[in-house]
Amino acid sequence: MSTFDPVSATLGGLLIGLGTVLLMTLIGRTAGISGIFASALDPQHGGRAWRVAFVVGLVAAPLAVAAAGHTVAAPDMPGWAAVTAGGLLVGFGTRLSGGCTSGHGVCGIARLSPRSLVATGTFMLTAAVVVAVSRHVLGGL
Amino acid sequence: MRNTLAAFSSGLVFGLGLVISGMTQPSKVLGFLDVFGHWDPTLAFVIGGALVIAAPGYALLKRRHTSLLGEALRWPQANAIDLPLIGGAALFGVGWGLVGLCPGPALVNLESLSPKVFGFVLAMAIGARASDYLRRVRTSGPVMA
Repeated sequence: MSTFDPVSATLGGLLIGLGTVLLMTLIGRTAGISGIFASALDPQHGGRAWRVAFVVGLVAAPLAVAAAGHTVAAPDMPGWAAVTAGGLLVGFGTRLSGGCTSGHGVCGIARLSPRSLVATGTFMLTAAVVVAVSRHVLGGL
Repeated sequence: MRNTLAAFSSGLVFGLGLVISGMTQPSKVLGFLDVFGHWDPTLAFVIGGALVIAAPGYALLKRRHTSLLGEALRWPQANAIDLPLIGGAALFGVGWGLVGLCPGPALVNLESLSPKVFGFVLAMAIGARASDYLRRVRTSGPVMA
């Protein structure tokens, strides 16, 4: 597996912060991706254009990296059962709690929102428990 | 049109951050979540880097009323710490721990054309719609007396 690289991790993080600030600076919106994604899918929702454009920007990012001559490794996905259950839980849970790693973990914590601090602590905790159980109790999914 | 281009650019920069940081790779994310294994601190550096820009950026923007393109600044208004917040975050964490993908990296990874990424994003859409539907049913009052 790839090794820890603090430089690329920090540089990537700075860009994530920059994208977040750009979206608020330019059009006054928070970069909460679960909300942007869900509203972009909702035909009854007004203001879908900017949300679709943001998602297109996300998908274009690895193309830009590849165009610059870097290889982008294919994601190492688990089996279909985990993929399906995981996707359903991520979609359901983020909508119920009103945010994901971007909306609560970056945008919310940047505003020192107590609500987002609680949400981030909660999803970090349950995710760590699931990984601990699947890797160290069940021995890998 | 300007707003669309602005949103595309913001998404592109955000997505570049996800790719460069390695957060589009599920094993890197699971390596961070695996606190009892060979721990990978990458995600902490990524969120830390994001906050170095976003926290002062947001603090400066709080003083403004309109965006550069003339839109109102829409800050989230919710502040309740309640069961949907904690229960929803807990369920999200379970799904995140099962796969190692949250919504941003999942969408960026569509570019890989991996069937499993499309399956994950489809399941995510179904889960999100189900959650929104349940909320609408509940907030519009009980269906049965």
